[in-house]
Amino acid sequence: MTVTAFPPSISPAEEIKGRSLWSDAWRRLLHNKAAVVSIVLLLLITLASVFGPFFSDFAYDDVSWDSISIPPDFASGHYFGTDDNGRDLFVRVMYGGRISLTVGIVATLVSLFIGVIWGATAGFIGGRVDGILMRLVDILYSVPFIFFVIMLTVVFGRNIVLIYVAIGAVSWLDMARIVRGQTMSLKKREFVEAAHAGGVRTATVIRRHIIPNCLGPVIVYVTLTVPNVILLESFLSFLGLGVQEPQTSWGVLISDGARLMESSPWALIFPAVMLAVTLGCFNFIGDGLRDALDPKDR
Amino acid sequence: MLRFAAKRLLGAIPTLLLIVTLSFFLMRIAPGGPFDKERIVPPEIEARLIHAYHLDEPLPMQFLRYLGGLVQGDFGPSLKYKDFTVTELIAGGFPVSLRLGGIAVLLALIVGVAIGTLAALRQNTGTDYAAMGAAMTGIMIPNFVLAPLLTLVFGLWLSWLPVGGWDGGVKYMILPVFALSLYQVGFIARLTRGSMIEVLRTNYVRTARAKGLPERVAITRHALKAGMLPVVSYLGPAIINTITGSVIIEQIFGIPGIGRYFVQAALNRDYTLVMGVTVFYGVLIILANLAVDLIYGLLDPRIRYD
Repeated sequence: MTVTAFPPSISPAEEIKGRSLWSDAWRRLLHNKAAVVSIVLLLLITLASVFGPFFSDFAYDDVSWDSISIPPDFASGHYFGTDDNGRDLFVRVMYGGRISLTVGIVATLVSLFIGVIWGATAGFIGGRVDGILMRLVDILYSVPFIFFVIMLTVVFGRNIVLIYVAIGAVSWLDMARIVRGQTMSLKKREFVEAAHAGGVRTATVIRRHIIPNCLGPVIVYVTLTVPNVILLESFLSFLGLGVQEPQTSWGVLISDGARLMESSPWALIFPAVMLAVTLGCFNFIGDGLRDALDPKDR
Repeated sequence: MLRFAAKRLLGAIPTLLLIVTLSFFLMRIAPGGPFDKERIVPPEIEARLIHAYHLDEPLPMQFLRYLGGLVQGDFGPSLKYKDFTVTELIAGGFPVSLRLGGIAVLLALIVGVAIGTLAALRQNTGTDYAAMGAAMTGIMIPNFVLAPLLTLVFGLWLSWLPVGGWDGGVKYMILPVFALSLYQVGFIARLTRGSMIEVLRTNYVRTARAKGLPERVAITRHALKAGMLPVVSYLGPAIINTITGSVIIEQIFGIPGIGRYFVQAALNRDYTLVMGVTVFYGVLIILANLAVDLIYGLLDPRIRYD
């Protein structure tokens, strides 16, 4: 009797392929049509905003007195028409998208940074520290933030970096609460106890065990924060407190468009549609992620 | 419950102190002053103006003076609207803002809960998809896009409704209320649908149906009470969103409420008016949050106040 070797195709390493939470979630997400369509649309909008302006014959701040308020027209290359200064709206909408998306992402990162550190510290250390940190969050909850953001823009001038920071700094409260809740339930789990027993420092436990395990709800909340932040920036720009001419954002374009809508409705419609579609995409992706990461639905 | 309310109100004092302090010093470090844009007055007169409003005192002194006034309910004189105190301006604008915002929140609550419940009862049918599509549309369209579009269509093209202004009548309220509440309607509808789907599967709703209650009673008396909880806890943010939205809506429609004053006041460095509006809305939000917590307790008997 001869012993034949295993064929290489069923080597034990390949036989069992683990299904992690993340690959499961990814598969579920791909089954969600609204989320997949949203991801594709959002990618297209992002790519167009980043690279679109390079391919146009016009610059976003090209004022042209020969082509004032012309309607959308393929022959002249003004796909979205022009505004009352003769500036090409196609380029301006793409350029505005850059600013709006950047504000959305940067301000969300700021809120993520503050909220995660705040919430994880409160939830993990607990006791008096938790009491003080969360009492502060409670206090801040009743502050009419929009008024303070308006005051900040008045004080420091219309500076785009300031808008990132100001919006981010007022949007972290929910994040802190979510992370705290997750952390409190995580810290009683065995693997965290084991890490402690093994002599791992608290900071390392937070970084290595707590934060990665909070990731699911945090990612969902981040996707839902981005549209809120974009909306807040547009709101400020609409009031004339956001981005400054000739720079533009979707909020500025909508504000200009609302002024011109009787004579040239396209100046309102295109930026408004872009903003609405982007907000919708983020919301659908957030919903899809929540369903995908929620083990209840399995 | 009374003790809980009293404790919460005491706990609100640090919040208010923070709001007052922040707004006071933020406005004061802003470059420029309230009298910059006026026609040039002789320096002696400007000096007397500044003296009359105590703006020549050291900042901490001014701050204490302002706090002292606040404790007695005095927001001080407006620096821009001469002959008016901030209290008078707020008292004049608030009834209008309250009417607009109150109706908007109420409408959002009724319509949103109705749509959400309907969608939950007909889960995964055409009705559900249509309702949730409509709700998402409401969430996607910001009120500052909706408002100009509404005035364009119903005001200018169809001439059914006035494009702006205010006489307190229904005609002038329809468009602003609609623009202000659409987002909330969508958000509340989605919240309600989510929680109602869970509640409708619970044992006590099955029991209610099994013992032969009419569907309407089983839904309204048993399911909705628990299904409303997430909506009630969203009411606080809903009120804040409505206040925020009113800043823009009042400006677009030319409605004489409080929101309209704020941006102009901040740009004009009307220190007292800016602080007055901020503090006033801060108090309002604190009271709204307290009311929400109390309602929560009424709906959910498991919650004890201690």
